[in-house]
Amino acid sequence: MDFEPVIGLEVHAQLLAKSKIFCPCSSAFGAGDNDNTCAVCTGMPGALPVLNKEVVELSILTGLALKCEIRENNVFSRKNYFYPDLPKGYQISQYDEPICVKGKVAFLVEGVETTVGITRAHMEEDAGKSTHHGNFSLVNLNRSSVPLLEIVSEPDLRNSKQAGEYLRNLRTILLYLGVCDGNMEEGSLRCDANVSVRPVGQKEFGTRVELKNINSFRFVEKAIDFEVGRQIDLIEHGQKITQETRLYDPDKNRTVSMRLKEEAHDYRYFPDPDLLPLKIDRLWVERVKTKLPELPLEKLRRFINQYQIPEYDAQILTQTRELSEFYENIVKKCVNGKAASNWVMGDLMRILNDQKKDISNSPVSADQIADLIKNIDGNQISGKIAKSIFEDIATGKYSREMSVGEIIKTNNLVQVTDTMAIEATIDKIIAANLAQVEQFRSGKDKIFGFFVGQVMKEMKGQGSPQIINDLLKKKLKGEA
Amino acid sequence: MNFSELTIKSMADKVRRGEIKARALVEESLTRSKKSQPVLNAFITICENEALKSADRVDSLVSQKKDPGLLAGVPLAIKDLLLTKGIRTTAASKILDNFVAPYSSTVTNKLEAAGAVIVGKTNLDEFAMGASNENSAYGPVKNPWDLTRVPGGSSGGSAAVVAARITPGSIGTDTGGSIREPASFCGITGIKPTYGRVSRYGVVAFASSLDQVGPMTRTVEDSAIILEVISGKDRHDSTTAQIAVPPFSKNIFDSVKGLKIGLPKEYFVDGIDTEVRKAVENGIEILKSLGAQIVHISLPHTSYGIAVYYLIAPCEASSNLARYDGVRFGHRSKENKDILDLYCQSRGEGFGPEPKRRIMLGTYALSSGYYDAYYKKACQVRRLIRDDFVKAFQTCDVIAAPVATTPAFKLGEKSSDPLQMYLNDIFTLGPSLAGIPALSLNCGFTKNGLPVGLQLMASHFQEEKIINSAHALEKTINLENRQPHGF
Repeated sequence: MDFEPVIGLEVHAQLLAKSKIFCPCSSAFGAGDNDNTCAVCTGMPGALPVLNKEVVELSILTGLALKCEIRENNVFSRKNYFYPDLPKGYQISQYDEPICVKGKVAFLVEGVETTVGITRAHMEEDAGKSTHHGNFSLVNLNRSSVPLLEIVSEPDLRNSKQAGEYLRNLRTILLYLGVCDGNMEEGSLRCDANVSVRPVGQKEFGTRVELKNINSFRFVEKAIDFEVGRQIDLIEHGQKITQETRLYDPDKNRTVSMRLKEEAHDYRYFPDPDLLPLKIDRLWVERVKTKLPELPLEKLRRFINQYQIPEYDAQILTQTRELSEFYENIVKKCVNGKAASNWVMGDLMRILNDQKKDISNSPVSADQIADLIKNIDGNQISGKIAKSIFEDIATGKYSREMSVGEIIKTNNLVQVTDTMAIEATIDKIIAANLAQVEQFRSGKDKIFGFFVGQVMKEMKGQGSPQIINDLLKKKLKGEA
Repeated sequence: MNFSELTIKSMADKVRRGEIKARALVEESLTRSKKSQPVLNAFITICENEALKSADRVDSLVSQKKDPGLLAGVPLAIKDLLLTKGIRTTAASKILDNFVAPYSSTVTNKLEAAGAVIVGKTNLDEFAMGASNENSAYGPVKNPWDLTRVPGGSSGGSAAVVAARITPGSIGTDTGGSIREPASFCGITGIKPTYGRVSRYGVVAFASSLDQVGPMTRTVEDSAIILEVISGKDRHDSTTAQIAVPPFSKNIFDSVKGLKIGLPKEYFVDGIDTEVRKAVENGIEILKSLGAQIVHISLPHTSYGIAVYYLIAPCEASSNLARYDGVRFGHRSKENKDILDLYCQSRGEGFGPEPKRRIMLGTYALSSGYYDAYYKKACQVRRLIRDDFVKAFQTCDVIAAPVATTPAFKLGEKSSDPLQMYLNDIFTLGPSLAGIPALSLNCGFTKNGLPVGLQLMASHFQEEKIINSAHALEKTINLENRQPHGF
């Protein structure tokens, strides 16, 4: 029997608000232990939460980008459970009245558009972090009350690759919006997966298992693949799947049972009486809508149409908002989409990679690349000269503020297209290499390259290769 | 000079005019506090050093011709449920026995900014759960009128110190009657403000949707002054209302001419002590003689009040008290083998019987499968109770009723039967669940010399109506100078 996996992802995105969701403490990562804390986020007696407006605004923006309905009525509830890094003994989260519902994310998988439904997205606070040291444990509450948006997908994913692509594309959208830094290693983007399998053709879902502790893109696919295999194997051996939560162990690449359904917490959700219901009016949503940037898939389509570049190029160039903007800044000035794409994807990426820099601190500016392309296209410099100018800027010989025109001018790098000057040089080279001329004329064609090199050398690389080629052929064949 | 005769108003006036030193007022109050302690047990902590320092600060402001504020130099006692930075705050629970507050409540900050001096933290029922002050981990408070009787609760210590004239005023909190009932039992004035009028920031939470902080004083005007100081929108408490605070003490007046006073039939039923009934009716008669008009009204859902309250309050409490887990502050059991054991032992040892009872009640009622039948249903009925009041206030300005069915009862009389104790709250729960302001004013004494309170309620944010009615009654009934002996 053939089986079909059914997968849904729950993604926790840490929102890039300046302060925590219910107190004014900084939400920045990396402060000293418990430095970013106050009475509210450490759960002191008598302390009360006050909602951070910026968190709501970022959530609306994200909801709009995910094509969600932004709900007017919002209620924060308490999710009650005991854990040492949960200072109040409850987490404040949205339960039955979330901010976003019924959205979707569209993206391309090998050129085919795939759509994944978004069930809901809701605001909540993060817990602190426990670390265990042999016979004692420590709690750091810097992360306590840091704002999260939990984005829950429909069970629309049918294999691990799709799940990985969905997560990558969702991350790209969040980065485009600037609402999350997307760093899975630091935990600002976290993912749980709900996985079940069913015989192909069956409508009903199989028994679902929740996978936790998936902390990188690589592991998302590996964990799902393992779990799907495990479930199919069980069914094929006549066994039943148990509804449970399982933990992924990346070292052994397997999942292990964490708790059964019967052991699941009863969270005793109820509306938090410390926070009044939040009403989001339509005008606010409309105001936020004006801040919505062009999203990755829209931009990809536009790049293909407007700049006449292949889908492959467009996909790479739209991977981050910064890269796409860099590319567009080049094209706006040089009007040669494909050349710009080649420069960015080839030389620029290589340099950034070598120097371990990202696009925001590129040593070569978009302006400079645009000028190089313009000068090549206008026959001002050769491609070779352009590359060497690029290298000189990239390695710091010239600053990124310096204009390419100036570099060309001060170093006298303008391509020589004056046929008289080229002819004179060729005559000089021929006169000095009569033996080689004989060889050429007796049929040794390969020696042509020697003459081109000599002429170029004599002209310090500035002679137009096209003109040199044409004239040299004629002269050597005695036609001119 | 015996300062204990002075009201808050006259104390502050004299301090502001430089006629008395704040230090003298505070020293005398501290002496009386310490002297009363073996008899009344009204304090958990007396903050002598901090109080003297604050008094000196007020005096130095006066000497610099600066105005210390409406409460200049007035010694006040604060229920030990409000956090006071650097001072132990216990909520009368062993679980917070060693807890020194790292910040101050908005209310105590406002009081100090108005020149008040905190002389001590008063005893209460553990986490404000109780109606007799017998649920304190620090022992019961005695009623100054009769030391064999309870002062009421949960703000029992705050009521006792005012009745015994140790301080001219105190701060209590009221969740289901915890200001009004002890005010009635101790013969003083206490106001439970509209929910949202006073900040709850820095007040140890019992039931967040009901808790309110309020004044307890000998005179209505003094309560009005304190209420004026502590009211208002607080950016630390989202449930405080953005509604202007009237200058209660300045606006105070005596006329009740034409005022419509509603008498809910559900509050005048069999089972009320005859002497209580007589005193309450006498108070209403006086108001009538002063020109008020009596209307008979009905609050049909009154009988559900106890059931609703004893679901909603324990549900919220079960969650609010989860933070006392022995991890970051408060009592941590020495005997524990793992984290679950640490929770169970620390909470088992730290909480007294009443918080445990309510945590279990609330946890049960919020559990999956029970939520709809209990918590959700209770919230729906709460809405009906609130609607009763909203409707009633279309036909009257103020509602008058008893505060409790009896005067102060004997220590130990009800403490073995929690249900009997819960029934005691029957007349105070309605206004709490509806979120409306209500006050208790002494309206007479029983033959045995026990005070009886009259409860006055008004519609949301209409505290002025009950303050003015009470002020008029107080001036005519003139019970103010009667006081318990020996303090």
